[in-house]
Amino acid sequence: MSTLEIKDLQVAVEDKEILRGISLTVKAGETHAIMGPNGSGKSTLAYAVAGHPKYTVTGGSVTLDGEDVLSMSVDERARAGVFLAMQYPVEVPGVSVANFLRSAATQIRGEAPKLLPWNRELKAAMAELQMDPAFSGRSVNEGFSGGEKKRHEILQLELLKPKIAILDETDSGLDVDALKVVSEGVNRVRAGGETGTLLITHYTRILRYIEPDFVHVLVDGKVVEEGGPELAQVLEDGGYERFRPAAATS
Amino acid sequence: MTTAATKNVERKPATAVSVAPGSAATERSGGPGAPVASRALRPTSREVDAFAPVTGREEEWRYTPLARLGGLLDGVAADGSAEVTVSEREGVTTSRVPMSDPLVGSVLTPADRLSAVAMASSADALVVRIAAEAVVAEPVEIDVRTSAGTSYGHLVLDVGAHARATVVLDHTGGGVRGSNTEIRVGDGARVTVVDVHEQDRDAVHAEAQAASVGRDAVLRHVVVTLGGDLIRITPTVTYAGPGGDAELAGLFLTGAGQHHEHQLFVDHEPPQCRSRVLYKGALQGVGAHAVWVGDVRIGARAEGTDTYELNRNLVLTDGARADSVPNLEIETGEVTGAGHASATGRFDDEQLFYCMARGIPETAARRLVVRGFFADVLSRVDDEPLRDRLLARVDDLLEAPTPADAA
Ligand SMILES: Nc1ncnc2c1ncn2[C@@H]1O[C@H](COP(=O)(O)OP(=O)(O)OP(=O)(O)O)[C@@H](O)[C@H]1O
Ligand SMILES: [Mg+2]
Repeated sequence: MSTLEIKDLQVAVEDKEILRGISLTVKAGETHAIMGPNGSGKSTLAYAVAGHPKYTVTGGSVTLDGEDVLSMSVDERARAGVFLAMQYPVEVPGVSVANFLRSAATQIRGEAPKLLPWNRELKAAMAELQMDPAFSGRSVNEGFSGGEKKRHEILQLELLKPKIAILDETDSGLDVDALKVVSEGVNRVRAGGETGTLLITHYTRILRYIEPDFVHVLVDGKVVEEGGPELAQVLEDGGYERFRPAAATS
Repeated sequence: MTTAATKNVERKPATAVSVAPGSAATERSGGPGAPVASRALRPTSREVDAFAPVTGREEEWRYTPLARLGGLLDGVAADGSAEVTVSEREGVTTSRVPMSDPLVGSVLTPADRLSAVAMASSADALVVRIAAEAVVAEPVEIDVRTSAGTSYGHLVLDVGAHARATVVLDHTGGGVRGSNTEIRVGDGARVTVVDVHEQDRDAVHAEAQAASVGRDAVLRHVVVTLGGDLIRITPTVTYAGPGGDAELAGLFLTGAGQHHEHQLFVDHEPPQCRSRVLYKGALQGVGAHAVWVGDVRIGARAEGTDTYELNRNLVLTDGARADSVPNLEIETGEVTGAGHASATGRFDDEQLFYCMARGIPETAARRLVVRGFFADVLSRVDDEPLRDRLLARVDDLLEAPTPADAA
């Protein structure tokens, strides 16, 4: 059973302090919703854990099953079991989805998956996410609609089966049908019980499909309130206003 | 995108991205540059002396480090040699003819002094003829392996009407070489020419190429430039009749200290012809310099012309520089399409992050992204073993930069 432990994490971007001490423990099988208004630092938390070079950790620690995540390179973190579904997935022209996914699976699994079973697995996973098989021949994210990009991220989640899944606004840009399809994908992974999920979202909408065990409210780089799923209901009714100190935003 | 306009000479200012060690990429536009003059007005001649001695200020020479040309511009005498082998294929005949043969110069008349020097200095010409209506399944391989010293060469590729073939010109070895290549594509023929430059890192090669595309003929031309110290290739395309189609693609991977230069000219004179130019380069290492100049002219009679040219460069490391100059001259209002674009950018670290966040180590991730960048050019090489070989070579060069790259 895996545990991601974030302790007093402080992160700066271009010398600007964004995260001001975040502590969070995510265990396999648990789902934590991170909610907060625009600019509160949600993506910063996601990127810092994944190791994006633009985000400088200025204090605190992140460990996965006791291993120091912050000392690992981006690819080492991924191979250790950290997965980030990006808010804005990147286009990689000329690299086909099939090639990209197989390269990733080869690294994460430690060996190239056998071709025939792999093709079956890929086809089945795509079908579950209602993705046209033609996607596997297209360049990664190039010309994908917002919803297609998110499906592609969740496809990777399902194929790579990480220990910790950080889903950054996977719900944004999805219509209700797509939201259901994508949520089902996330729920399949959750049902495996091997993955801890950090569900980052601005809206409570997705929480109707993916029920969190814990909710953390992030405002201005700090967790201002924590609780169970009922906290999401409070946010649904009242928004973030009550958490926002009079002069919080700069 | 430039479309229908009469007598419209458009010249994009030269753009260059040069990245000084340790600094961020800066994009800058050149000054007014040389005066706008029609590319068609440049003199052509077989006589060396028809061209003034080169100073380096000429439009066609201003990017070339003349001192590294190994004396080719001065007509240094041949003291080296090239071993040329042509694979035997049914429907293909090979012969040597004197330079006085009427085939020689039937497509190519030198357009610069170096090309004239190479023509004057060649002892004879190699003629590779593909018979009319021949369908040659296997690629015709022409290997040119140069020794140390200076050598000159002349090749005539004569593709008969309605023939189909792929021809691979493979350049390896060292020394200094000046050469001319003429390609006659007969009416209705479809030919792919792949021109590979994998010379030793101290080699110099200046190659002028001219192709004449026959009526309703298709030429797919792919230049792959990986080797050498200085490689300068000047492909020119003219059309012998309407309905011709020329696709010119290029891939260069320019390493530390290397100079790779490609200057193209597509001259649309007959009506209803098509051209596509797609050159992509990646640069890595200190002193890597790539130059791409793409001239396209649409003559007054060339109604229904459809042309588009694109150059994209990817600067992988600090200290490399790419110059990119697309030019489009339009003398008729009745074109179907005419456009050009050029862009030089740094390697996208977000792409790298995305791949690495999926567990792919940095070197492999870079390789994946650069392979992807080159994918549309390499897909033009329809001979699979060749394409695999070129891909592997590109991978090697990306993975193991020469010692100088680390400097
Ligand atoms: N690369 C960057 N350069 C400069 N500032 C940045 C960068 N990334 C984030 N920031 C700043 O950090 C703060 C937090 O941004 P972050 O993207 O983490 O917010 P978020 O909670 O994910 O917002 P959203 O709901 O809009 O996605 C913002 O003020 C943002 O402008
Ligand atoms: Mg965000």
